[in-house]
Amino acid sequence: MQLSQIIQFVISGLTAGSVYGFTALGFTIIFNATGIINFAQGEFVMLGGLISVYFYQSLKFPLFPACLAAIVVVMIIGGLFERLAIYPRRNSSVITLIIITIGGSIFIKGSTMRILGEDPMALPAFSGGKSIAFLGAAIQPQAIWVAFVTLAAVILLRIFYQHTILGKAMKASADNREAAKIVGINVSRLTLYSFAFSAAIGAIGGVVVTPMIMAVFDMGGMIGLKGFAAAILGGLGNPIGSVLGGLLLGVLESLSVGIISSGYKDAISLLVLLSVLFIRPSGLFGLARGERT
Amino acid sequence: MEHDGILRKYLPIAILALVLALLPLFVSNYQAKILIFVGINAILAMGLCLLMGYAGQISLGHAAFYGIGAYASAIMTTKYGFSVWLGFLAAILLSGLIALLIGMPSLRLKGHYLAMATLGFGEIITVLFVETDTLTGGPEGIVSIPPISIGKFIFTTSQHYYYLVWGIAILLFVIALNIIHSRVGRALRALHGSEIAAQAMGVNTSKYKIQIFVLSAVYAGIAGSLYAHLVNFINPTPFTLTYSIVLVTIVVIGGMSSIWGAVAGSFVLTLLPEYLRAFQEYNLIIYALILVLTMIFMPQGLVPGVAGLFARLRFRQP
Repeated sequence: MQLSQIIQFVISGLTAGSVYGFTALGFTIIFNATGIINFAQGEFVMLGGLISVYFYQSLKFPLFPACLAAIVVVMIIGGLFERLAIYPRRNSSVITLIIITIGGSIFIKGSTMRILGEDPMALPAFSGGKSIAFLGAAIQPQAIWVAFVTLAAVILLRIFYQHTILGKAMKASADNREAAKIVGINVSRLTLYSFAFSAAIGAIGGVVVTPMIMAVFDMGGMIGLKGFAAAILGGLGNPIGSVLGGLLLGVLESLSVGIISSGYKDAISLLVLLSVLFIRPSGLFGLARGERT
Repeated sequence: MEHDGILRKYLPIAILALVLALLPLFVSNYQAKILIFVGINAILAMGLCLLMGYAGQISLGHAAFYGIGAYASAIMTTKYGFSVWLGFLAAILLSGLIALLIGMPSLRLKGHYLAMATLGFGEIITVLFVETDTLTGGPEGIVSIPPISIGKFIFTTSQHYYYLVWGIAILLFVIALNIIHSRVGRALRALHGSEIAAQAMGVNTSKYKIQIFVLSAVYAGIAGSLYAHLVNFINPTPFTLTYSIVLVTIVVIGGMSSIWGAVAGSFVLTLLPEYLRAFQEYNLIIYALILVLTMIFMPQGLVPGVAGLFARLRFRQP
């Protein structure tokens, strides 16, 4: 392969990886605050994409307000999901919660299919579609938007966790839920916030990548699975690890498409997932210990 | 005294078997065909129920074993021209073997990690079914799978298959019941209750977990083999994540801790789509709603839930 081809694959891998990274961030935020894995995470990404298109195309909002409105709507959906489906059974077993979030994800997917239809939809690129040449490869301006937003998200999250009361409370809750309750942290409210927050993060990822790949109602499943793989790879519980894991996974996936046939593309992420789970569940930069007997 | 115990133990099953045996006389051909699928789902659900309800493990990739059984039978009988029974044997061996290979590393994981590992495994198998097209026929699948035959007798009609599938299902049901009421079953329930306590009591938890995982996969492989010969044509579609979730739903709704629940769940969730045909487009939404609402309001499932309801009504003071 020529260098320019490799660079092309790496760049498209980084772009896809950013979406996985955003999804992984969502998993990490909820896991950090509650210990739950939200199987519906991928659907929030999908909703961000589809709802922003709906606001832009059907309700004729200008581009940026459409995106912002979509993110807010998805955040509300995330909060509702937590209150209606998770909160009533918050003390239940792992299996119960897993099945609830799976059921929730199917419900969201099915409803979206009914309300917004089955066709893939896209937003226009944020700043035009003319590619930029870079070392023989072509970069779409949208990819730079994706990189920029990802970087901003990582920095803001770091500030949030280190320097705000809410962020510190979330970290405390992740460390030791009981102790957090003792010092007066409202853990159930934290659960609500973390779901809303990670829904918003997922939506941001969906919105910013929709101009490049079309959003469709059933994209959430694979994105969720790969996002989880990225979160585990980077170390579940570590926000920076999540993003790095996502980028790494995206690049691995993209390069493997170049080398092996594209039909196996999805299998690559799944193999990575299984490898990490079997060999080193704490991931590359893991804070949470993998549960093993 | 011994006689009492055996009678009581097998009476409910005998009644079920009798009802099932008489049912085809009262239903149409089409309804019989649906009931065959209930039977196949019941076999799948029983295996999964042993794994989830009794051993307390999660498998979100169970449809993969269903598919492995189906493809094994199909490939053996079409591509290599082996007899149906050899294909059946291949289905059992292959699903069991792959379960062993996957189970050993996976069952060391717990909770969400196990769930994701099984999900990932299921997805990889789906990709393999589609991509290894020289073997599996790719997305188009395999056609002209021969029907089952014993000697000169060929199973062709719905009635034939009905009795075959339910006969096997009842047999597997009895086997499952025997396992539950044996030392293995008690070890499993100890494991489910508290793995650490079970280990402290000397129960080899890893061994039992893997054994039940393999057994549940074999059940699924048997179901897959029956399916392949029933419909004479398979492609990757029925063996995907969607179906794995359907199976988990069946077990959960029927009641994870009850083999009867697995059978009840199969009836409910196979027959329900038939009655919801009017709401075809809302299928997915209704389905998901049933799942979530059951888990929120009756997490122990229908059979234990309803049984508990009756118990409470019976003991209520006037």
